[in-house]
Amino acid sequence: MRITGCIIAAIVTIVLIYFLDNQQNLNGSKTPRLGFFLSPQTGFWQNAEPANEHFNGDLKFPQLGGKAEVYFDERLVPHVFAGNENDAWFVQGYLHAKFRLWQMEFQTYAAGGRLSEIMGDSSNGTSFLKIDKFFRRLGMVYGAEKTLQAIEADPQMKAVCDAYTAGVNAYINLLDKKDYPLEYKLLNYEPEQWTNMKSALLIKYMAFDLAAHEEDFEKTNAKALLTRKQYEQLFPYVEDSMQPIINEPLPKLKNLPLVQQPSSADSLYFNYKTEVAPLNPVIKPDKDNGSNNWAVAGSKTKSGRPILCNDPHLSLRLPSLWYEMQISTPAFNAYGVSLAGAPNILIGFNENCAWGLTNAEREVKDYYEMQFRDSTMQEYWYNGGWRKTTMRDEIIKIRNKPSDTEHIAITVWGPTMYDPHYPDKLHTNKYYACHWQAHEGSDELGCILKLVRAKNYDDYLSAISTFECPGQNFVFAGKAGDIAIRQAGKFPALWYRQGDFLMPGTDSSYAWQAYIPDSLEMVMHNPERGFVSSANQSPYDVRTYPYYMPAHFSLYRSWLINRHLSSMQNITVDDMQKLQTSTYNLLAEKGLPVLLKFVDSSKLDATAMQYLSTVASWNLFNDASATGATVFSLWIDSAISKIYDDELHQSSLPVPTIEPSTLIKNVLKDSAKLFADNINTQELETVKDDITNAFKSIIPVLEKAKQGNTLEWGKFKDGGINHLLSIAAFSRLHLNAGGGDNIINAFKKDHGPSWRMIVELTDDINAYGIYPGGQSGNPGSKFYDDFVDTWAAGKYYRIHLYKKEAMASKDGLLGKMIFSK
Amino acid sequence: MIMKFIVVVLLTALLGYAAPLYFTWWSFAVTSFIIAALVHQKAWAAFAATFIGLFLLWTIMALIIDSRNDHLLSQKIATILPLHGSSGLLILITALVGGLVSGFAGLTGNLARKHKRSF
Repeated sequence: MRITGCIIAAIVTIVLIYFLDNQQNLNGSKTPRLGFFLSPQTGFWQNAEPANEHFNGDLKFPQLGGKAEVYFDERLVPHVFAGNENDAWFVQGYLHAKFRLWQMEFQTYAAGGRLSEIMGDSSNGTSFLKIDKFFRRLGMVYGAEKTLQAIEADPQMKAVCDAYTAGVNAYINLLDKKDYPLEYKLLNYEPEQWTNMKSALLIKYMAFDLAAHEEDFEKTNAKALLTRKQYEQLFPYVEDSMQPIINEPLPKLKNLPLVQQPSSADSLYFNYKTEVAPLNPVIKPDKDNGSNNWAVAGSKTKSGRPILCNDPHLSLRLPSLWYEMQISTPAFNAYGVSLAGAPNILIGFNENCAWGLTNAEREVKDYYEMQFRDSTMQEYWYNGGWRKTTMRDEIIKIRNKPSDTEHIAITVWGPTMYDPHYPDKLHTNKYYACHWQAHEGSDELGCILKLVRAKNYDDYLSAISTFECPGQNFVFAGKAGDIAIRQAGKFPALWYRQGDFLMPGTDSSYAWQAYIPDSLEMVMHNPERGFVSSANQSPYDVRTYPYYMPAHFSLYRSWLINRHLSSMQNITVDDMQKLQTSTYNLLAEKGLPVLLKFVDSSKLDATAMQYLSTVASWNLFNDASATGATVFSLWIDSAISKIYDDELHQSSLPVPTIEPSTLIKNVLKDSAKLFADNINTQELETVKDDITNAFKSIIPVLEKAKQGNTLEWGKFKDGGINHLLSIAAFSRLHLNAGGGDNIINAFKKDHGPSWRMIVELTDDINAYGIYPGGQSGNPGSKFYDDFVDTWAAGKYYRIHLYKKEAMASKDGLLGKMIFSK
Repeated sequence: MIMKFIVVVLLTALLGYAAPLYFTWWSFAVTSFIIAALVHQKAWAAFAATFIGLFLLWTIMALIIDSRNDHLLSQKIATILPLHGSSGLLILITALVGGLVSGFAGLTGNLARKHKRSF
């Protein structure tokens, strides 16, 4: 009897421990190891940071050359004072790891196609294996390897990266299991050692986010449905009202590389309304990844000194992409935001100047259709003969399952991204190789670190001249009074429409024939108008540019910024804050009168008439409380689909979206009637019918929103900031703020101004900044999301480039760390 | 009898705190087993004492951590688990998990001792 009791009790104990010590399946995902996770000694309780925590330490590491001191200010921004530069990068690595370890490692897992290793092949309905395959086949690791080689070929950069990596690992090596960031405990895995390769992967991740945009398949699908004339009208090369970043005439250059359209292009490439490319690309970066930056000269400011502003628009996540800090070394004293995962201050200022970035938006990724000899992909047809591939095997480890291997044929163009095995649904037996600028090795970090050290305009120019990918518009303002803007990047010299559609991979005449020479990249330096600006529009007047420049340029933000800046005088920092957070909708200013002119109110019922009067009396600001903004946003989208969908969606294939500016222009020019008739109905529809029907069709949506009390723009848009794992409890959702697409304050649902910065280059630099997040990546810290509400309210923090003495005697510090040998 | 009970509770808590500092999170099960095997009590008392020892230990630790953290993280975790965001409920669940493992380990130790004696 007792034996039985003892055995039963023992079994219960063992089963209980086994259950609590292992992950359990729950609704398609895995629980943490509950016992470990709940134990106050090892689990999440250990991540609950005391509200009055101080961040002190006296740390000794043999890798350091000298001493470095770190002061944490009241917002937990570290101010690093290092005796030599490499020690500063070591400390940056250490701090990135201390506050953002999980996030920075997770991002490199994503970039390197390794999410299945930690998440399993799928979880909660997300197929991580699919995401991993996509990134592997796109050649992210392939490109990162080359970038690593480029970094390590430069002894100075290698030393910087080695110091950074050593700093990250110095922190990781101090950790016990109970100290791991919360997400490791939730997902039950452990941090790896950091490597320079991981930093290279982070750079490729930025290249993916900012320079992977293309619509080659979508445009090829559209080409199959439209005539050349229709196509040019729907997808114009450039908007007539586009104001280029640099509005000065291009330099007259001799000996520019000559780029020729292949002789076969008319039959093989410009074959409108003929064939169909049946492919649905899997993952796309947000097409509105963009930004605003501008600088105004002293002649236009109250202080007589230049002011520089920048707000990069990116996916908004928690923990934030950005980590704010000051780094002071004998070579420079800089403040700004850094990307956790690499040594840098990407956007910021030093004692002499300030700099900011916007994305160039130019397309540097093309697809070529390959003819392989057989399904082994060993040989492909190229210039009239068989050429050998090299096979690259990418092994994807999968948690709790056998590994998966992707066999990728590397061609003269690049990796064969799509083949009959991928994506699984593709049953066409077609092959497409990807040619992407990010496959090349380059040293962007080196450029950024030169910028951090820049003392004047010349240093700025030389720093950015070798920047390759993702192409950026670098704005500059110096204490000496200079303002400047220049696009930097390595871009192909193309013939008209080259690369917009899938190209034949059998013929070298379809290759990028040359790169655009650097001499064509103009700088706008101290222009008479007193300001420089960019908001992802075309860099020059593309109609006179010697090469084709495919891109996803934005029209309205830049137009509005220039309109404001040209008329402003005696500008203060306060004025710049108002402009940077402006919710004025220029698209509505242009588009709403057009919609109102064509809507036939005699066909609307009483409910619809109410909404019509709401939108007609709207003040054109996308403020949180504006209901007119909701009506307009739905109406213009609906009008585009009523007019163009019947032509464009003749099959289920993806096609590019039509820009609202195209609709407005075509309606005004009366050329929309080309598309107005619905080809699927007997009647002959007019533009008036389409716009009226578009309005009628949004009424049920508006009524539903009204019932749910979400008619106001801020609630309708429902902007928020999601945790990287989409865990609602770690996110800040439903922020009810203004802004949106095509608006200077570009806060959409989960995308927008990821860092707002304003720097006035007075003697004692007068600077402001804010990002929607917090300095700590730990959801158990009060510093995790403490900037979010201030950011959503359009407010800023004053930011300071401190001297060490001033910092040491400052009140309200949250801690001091001393790093020494 | 009551003194014995209290001693077991305190010993369970003390060793249950110390063991996981050096070994895995559930190493307190081993110490509770040993304590119950060495200190003779009725089976139910052994279970109760080792249960209460760990239950109290984890309750107090979680309470201290939670109050210093202003309940910030416990409320988030109590939304994920899901416990309607209740920190109190999360602390109770935490303590129950520790208490149950410890109690059953203690019961096993107690019965193992009686088993040995009967020979």
